[in-house]
Parts: sequence; structure tokens; C-alpha cells
Amino acid sequence: MIDPRWQQALGAAALFAVDPSGLGGVVVRAAPGPVRDAWLEALTELLEPGTPIRRIPPQVPDSRLLGGLDLTATLHAGRPVAERGLLAEADGGLVLVPMAERMGTGTAGRLAAVLDAGEVRVEREGIASCWPARIAVIALDEGLETEDRPPIVLMDRLALWIDLEGISPRHLDPGPWDASVVAQARAAQATFETQVSDGDTSDAIEALCRVAEAIGVDSPRPVIAALRAARAAAALEGRSELAEDDVALAARLILGPRATRIPPSAESPESSELSEPPESSEPTESLASAESSGDASPPPPWDPGQPDSSEAKRSDPDPGDPDPGDPDQAPDSIDDGKPLAEVVLEAVRSALPPGLLAQATDSRQTRSRASAQQRSGRVGAVRTDPRRGRPDGTVRGDPRRGPRLDLVATLRAAVPWQRLRRREGSSMLVEVRTNDFRVVRRVQRATTTTIFVVDASGSSALNRLAEAKGAVELLLAECYVRRDRVALVAFHGQNAELVLPPTRSLVRARRSLAGLPGGGGTPLASGLDVGGAVADTVRRQGDSPLLVVLTDGRANIGRDRQPGRPRAEADALLAAQHWRAEGYAALLVDTSPRSHPAAQALALAMGARFLPLPYADSSVLSGAVKATVSGTLGAERPRHAHAQVRV
Amino acid sequence: MSLVFPFSAIVGQDEMKRALLLCAVDPRIGGVLVLGDRGTGKSTAVRALAALLPPMNAVVGCPYGCDPKSSNPCEQCRSRRTAGNTLPKSAKIPVPVVDLPLGATEDRVVGSLDLERALTKGEKAFEPGLLGRANRGFLYIDEVNLLEDHLVDVLLDVAASGENVVEREGISVRHPARFVLIGSGNPEEGELRPQLLDRFGLSVEVRTPTELKSRVDVVRRRDAFERDPAGFVEQWRKTDAKVRRQIDAGRNQLESVQVSDSALEQGARLCIALGTDGLRGELTLLRTARALAAFEGASQVEDSHLQRIAVSALRHRLRRNPLDESGSDIRVERAMSEVFA
Repeated sequence: MIDPRWQQALGAAALFAVDPSGLGGVVVRAAPGPVRDAWLEALTELLEPGTPIRRIPPQVPDSRLLGGLDLTATLHAGRPVAERGLLAEADGGLVLVPMAERMGTGTAGRLAAVLDAGEVRVEREGIASCWPARIAVIALDEGLETEDRPPIVLMDRLALWIDLEGISPRHLDPGPWDASVVAQARAAQATFETQVSDGDTSDAIEALCRVAEAIGVDSPRPVIAALRAARAAAALEGRSELAEDDVALAARLILGPRATRIPPSAESPESSELSEPPESSEPTESLASAESSGDASPPPPWDPGQPDSSEAKRSDPDPGDPDPGDPDQAPDSIDDGKPLAEVVLEAVRSALPPGLLAQATDSRQTRSRASAQQRSGRVGAVRTDPRRGRPDGTVRGDPRRGPRLDLVATLRAAVPWQRLRRREGSSMLVEVRTNDFRVVRRVQRATTTTIFVVDASGSSALNRLAEAKGAVELLLAECYVRRDRVALVAFHGQNAELVLPPTRSLVRARRSLAGLPGGGGTPLASGLDVGGAVADTVRRQGDSPLLVVLTDGRANIGRDRQPGRPRAEADALLAAQHWRAEGYAALLVDTSPRSHPAAQALALAMGARFLPLPYADSSVLSGAVKATVSGTLGAERPRHAHAQVRV
Repeated sequence: MSLVFPFSAIVGQDEMKRALLLCAVDPRIGGVLVLGDRGTGKSTAVRALAALLPPMNAVVGCPYGCDPKSSNPCEQCRSRRTAGNTLPKSAKIPVPVVDLPLGATEDRVVGSLDLERALTKGEKAFEPGLLGRANRGFLYIDEVNLLEDHLVDVLLDVAASGENVVEREGISVRHPARFVLIGSGNPEEGELRPQLLDRFGLSVEVRTPTELKSRVDVVRRRDAFERDPAGFVEQWRKTDAKVRRQIDAGRNQLESVQVSDSALEQGARLCIALGTDGLRGELTLLRTARALAAFEGASQVEDSHLQRIAVSALRHRLRRNPLDESGSDIRVERAMSEVFA
């Protein structure tokens, strides 16, 4: 049996192999293992023979990545010799990034600049050079958590995002594309660029833009990439004109995984209201459930009406005899008469990322697309700063004061002066002076991540959700000053969710908060559970979690999602005790109009400071947070838990 | 050099384009910080501007491209001038737009020992860095929020003083380094240090276009450019040339644009209403308004000029309240509606 997802992954590989630098690259989400290896092998076979492939480790130093002064050769030759970096070496080929989710934004920014320019500009160590580097990047994303993703600055530029998780290694049949077909398509693609008719392109562009808008893909880069991918798809099929299928396939592969909201149903394309369309939500839901239960069999993203393997074989791949591929006579003529945009949109629907439903349902409340994108942790999550003493470049400095000497950098700095120094009377082969010392700079951040657990239930909303939001904003300002990260968990209705994964972006935190809907029951226990889980993740990342709960303490939905006050309150107490057992620093802000014993009891159970909101003006609140941080964490960490230590 | 996307072909983003053009008219405005969404043409616009700028007069052979008429030339030009009593030859050269690539080391940024000469001839000679090359032009930092802190410090220092001082083992050089600093970045990919913000004269925010037509246009033009760069550039050559003439005219007229007392007063009132710190806001406001008036061929600064540039000039100077960041545009608008009522 052929796994449709594997087929799709192979299809993506074939498209990519037709136009590697045009598509920028592929983000491959998969744990290391036979499936990923098989995919990489399949890809390598489809590429032009002799394509250079360079692997770059995620924490690669600039001297190796970009290039610089070749120390040995320089010493030997007695004149400056530049050394190309990995990116320049990979010119015309691929750069493979294992553990891409751990890549720093700095490295990602460098890669992005090279992807954009097609060349490496180097201004380092006395070398000013520019080397061609038309590269494509294969980012191997091995993240376990959904928010562990490669830096978005890089992902935005890599057209194809594929997910190999859950594909069984037993059915890895080779795809229908072999190297010769791809090579022909590659040759055809080159002439295609100039031949393709403007009218054709125009329709495709409009369709792709409409789809991008419908599913909330803001950046124009993926749309441009999708257009290129559509041409590659046509070239693969041996056609020289864009067919409906090509555009649909490109949209599904490139725009689909980037979706941040569910498109309105095809039946009512005019309705701008994003009301819950059953037609569109169902496939996503089933896809999501299939994913989560680890059941890899059902709904195939590579399905009806798409140029699947049989079609690829069927169609004539001879580029010399271009199929008169009229869109209306394309293999898939079921959708005759529908505008292209709708056909494409339908194709994309089947490829919407799992878990989107929850985000999209949520983002319906705020009509702003920007915030919808922020909300979806999968898309927007960016890991910025290193957690602990990570080397952060080399600077001039004195190693006697503690930092570690960077020997190579020091020699590099000393080399240019040798002849001058010898003239001044030095007899040593290499004389190093204080001025030359280069030391490794480390950035160590022991940060606090403040996790806000906000009660957005009906009772709370009625009382003072607005005030609670105000209070959180005050605390956010405090976090901003201390360079803390913040996360936001909200609970209302039946369950709780992580609205905002830990971030340092105040803008995002504010947006999430502003868009927080209120109403429904009070699933306090679920809220505390989710908050605890986030705190656990944060702690494992090396940060100190601080939980700030804003609630009136009146739980009425239990862990089993059933209403019932006594049960719910008991569950909440249990969850609170769990926090205490874990030793999380916590602060409970009582938002009820009159202080209620329930909230106080809860605070006691979780070992939290208790603060009734009526008294919680800005100074009291921030004072309380400070006290909680230093009081509870004081034992484990130096007093300035957030201090940035530069060594 | 490969062809760059034409400036006039950039869809929308009027605020960003205007800010860049006004800095070209009057470099004293103090640079532009472009913040915004991914793929909104931030880098494209800056690179396109480079291709658009009218060429400038510079001393032949001067590493810093000194203006032959400059009252404050580099040491080399000065000594040539005093010794040779004839002005050195000058020629038209393109305005430098220097890219500061991520990963650049400090020695290449500020300038350092000339490696080639030091190694092969054993001579101590200074080789200007990127700052020297950017003199009288533009220095562009993409992803400015990802730049190492120590480099940012150097840049800000030099940008503010207009002079680069290098002191290192036997090398002691100071040279003019007056450039327009242009930074771009996406605040969600890494935070920008607050000190950095108000060092830029103007700050613009770019957003992805929302209406379908602009989105289609963006993709269509980009695609046309990628398929046939030369043809596409040719197609826009005339429009670009028109903008270039407008910049030239604006520069010539800049000094003669009148700033009336009432305009000064309006600017001051606006800044007071917003509680901006210091006089930098007012200065930038007036310089930018004057540049806009010159660019549009007006003879004096009107309220409409102030109104159109106030948000760019002031949004990043509001009293430091981190929570009002996204509301700063609205605050400026509100203050304007009061002042210009």
C-alpha cells in the first residue's frame, strides 16, 4: 500500500528538484530516522548529478559559514588568502541544516540574506569579498513541540514545508518521478519562464492571491514561490502552460501548511463573515484527529483530482512536444466552470495543518489577520535568545580577566602585523600582542518566564475581565522592563488553552490579550493544568517559571469538562496542590468583586501569594510580582533572576 | 552588478517610500527605521533607492568620496588642498549605498590595517571600512535587530558624530563618516533595543497590503521582474527617472523653502501635546516637513506637510511606555487633530 503522505512528500521533492533555487528550499519536519533518510536520498537522486550538498550545524561559527581569512594559507603565503565559507561552497547546490529548530535567529538571518541575494557578502577579518552562492536550504526540523520550529525569517523563504511524522518506514515506495523526467522538466522550466503567456500567469496569480487571503497567509513570498512551483509542476507534466492542477498542487503544497485560518466555505465565497463552515471544518478536524491518534491511514492530502502518480506516468513527459494543456481539458475537469481560485482553495483545504481549527475558531473573534497569525504558535513561534552561556561571537578583550581566549581568532588578528613587528625587531615566528587578543563572548540569560493564567469565563467577564486585562498589561510592562518572557493561558467555556506560547514580544502578548474572548463556564482545573504544563516546559528549557493566575476562584467545570461546582472546585484544588508540589512560584489575583474564600483557599493550596484586585493598582501588582520572583526563586538563583550576564 | 527591482514598481508602501526619498533630499533628517511584516519589500525598497539616486560630485581617488567643495573633508583631501592650492579633480560617482552584512566583524566596519600591504610589503596603512565607504551615502542594515550589540554601538556613535575615529596599535585615523542610516527589521523576530529607536530620524511601519488588487500586483510585478529583469527595468525606467529629477529638484530647492513661524509653532505644539523628550523630535519634524515641501516643489512649509510626516517623525519618540507601542500612531493622530483643529 502506498502511503499518500509519502507520495506527497516525494511530489514535493520532485517539484523542488526542478527549481531548487527558485523555491528556496524545504522544511522537513521529521525525527531523524529511516523515513527522513529515504526522503533525502530520493531528493538527492532527483537533483542534477554533482550538485554540491553541505551540512551546516546549527551553531556554526561565522568564519566557517560565511568565510574569512584563511589562517594557514595566509601564514604560508605571506599575503592575505581568503577562505570561502560553507555557503559559498554550496553554490548551485543545497545547504542541509540538521536540528534547524535550534538554529539561532542570527544564523537564520545570514542564511536569509544569502538566499535573497544569491551571493555571500563577507566583511570579516580584513577580507571584503563577494562569492556567488545560489543555494537552496533543506531545513531538517526535528522539534518535538509544535512551537519548536526553525526561525520564521528562514521558514518564510523556504517554499515547501513537508511533514514526514507518522509515515511508516515499511512502505517507502519510490515515487513516479525519476531523474530523467526531472532533468527534462528542469530544462523545460528554463525556457518556460520566457514562454509562459501573461494571461495564464495572470489568472494563476490572482487565484493564488485569493487563496492566500482566504487562509490568512500574509507574506507575499509564499505566493510568488507557489507560482514558481506551479510552473515546475507543469514542466514535470511536460506541459508548457499552467493548468488548473498545477496551480492547485502548488497552492496545496506551499500555501496550505502556512494557513492561519480556515477559509470560508466554497458554497458561500461571497460571505466575508468567517462563520463556521461545516464543509471546511470537517476535513480539517478529521485530519487533525487522524494525526493526533497516530493513525496514518485516512484522509489523503494527496487525493482526488490531483496529478497523482498514475497521471504523472500517463502524461507525456516529452518537453519537445508540449501538451496543449488547456486548463479546461486538464485531467481534472470535474470543476469545470468554477473560477480557478475556488478550485485551488478546495485543494488547499485538504492540506490545512492539523490543530488549525482551534486557532482559527479562536481567531475568528478578532478579525485582524495579523493577530490570527500571531496566535498560531505553529507559525509565529520564534525562539530568539540563547538560554545559557552560549558563545556569542568573538570580541577584542583581555583573557586574563576571565573570558576564554579564542586562539584562532587571536592568531588571525595577529597575522597581518607580523611583518611590521619583525621590522620592529621581533624575532619570533608569530608575535602576539595584547591588542590581538580575541576572547569568546558568552551571553548568559537566566530569565523568568511569566505565565499568565487568565480566567475568561462568563462570571469573570461579567465582573472584571477588562480590569484583569488591565492588570495583566501592567504586569506585561513590568516583564518588558525585566526582559522576561511571557506566556498566556486562558480558560473559559469547556477548556483551557495556551493562547500565547512563551515569547519576548510584548506586541504579541498585547495582541493576544486584546483578542481574548470571554464567556462560558469556568474550567479552572483545566486552566491550572495547562498553566502547569507550560511551567514545566519552561523549566526544562532552563528558565524560571512564574505563574500569575487571575480568577475569581469560582470553578464550575471539572477536569472531565462536565459542569458541577463541587466537583470542579475539588479538581481545581487538586491542580493547585500539584503546583505547590512542583514548587512553582505563583501569584493569584482575585478578580471577584468582593474577596471570596474560594480564591483564597486556592491560593493557599498552590502556595501562591494572594492579591485581591480591588487593591491591585499598578505599584502593588508589580511589587507583588517582584516579591514573588525574588522570594520564591531567591533560593535557587541569584537575586537578579533576570540578570543578563556577559562574560 | 545585477539589476535591481525599480523603485517606482514597488506596490503601495507609500510611507516607507516617502521616508526614503525625503532622506535622499535631506540627509540630515537622520535615517529611517523600517519595521514590519515579512516580505513587504523593505530590502527591495532600499536597494531600489540606490539605483535611483542622482550621482554626486566627488574627489577622484578619495577613499571617502569627499565633496570637492566640502568644508570638512578627510585629512588626505585637506592636505592636498592646502599643499596643492589647486582643487583636486572631481568626477560624478554614484551615491554609495553600503550594505552591512550580518556577521561583519568590527575591523571591517570601522576600518583597519590594510592586510595586503601589511603582509606583502610590511607597511602600516589604513584601509577604510564600511563606514568610510558609506560616507555621503547610505548605510543599510537589514535585520538590524539581529546585529551584534557592540557593532550597533559603534554605528550609533559614528552616525551621531559624523566622524569615525580609529585608534589601534600605531594606527590613528579619523575620517568623515556622514551617512544616512537605514535599518530594517521585523520586531517579532528579535527585539530592538530601545536606545536604538529614537536614534533614527524617521520610523515607518510597513504592513502587508490587505486588498487583493495590491497583493496581486505585488506578485505580478515580482514575477515579471524575475522572468525578464532587463525588460522590466526598462519598462519602469522613465518613471524612475522622473522621481530622480524630483529628488534633484528637491535638493536644489531645499535651502530656499521657507519655514514660517506658525509652522514652527505648530510643530512645537504637536511635540508638547505628545510629550516627546528633547528637541530632536521637533527638529526632525521640521526638517522632514521642509524636505517634503522641497520635494513637492512648494516654496514654504504648510500644515499639510507637517501633517503627512508627523507620524513617521514622532511615533518612535513618544514617552517610553512600552504598552503604548502599537497605539503610538493613534496617539500622534489624536494630537494632530487637536493641534491642527
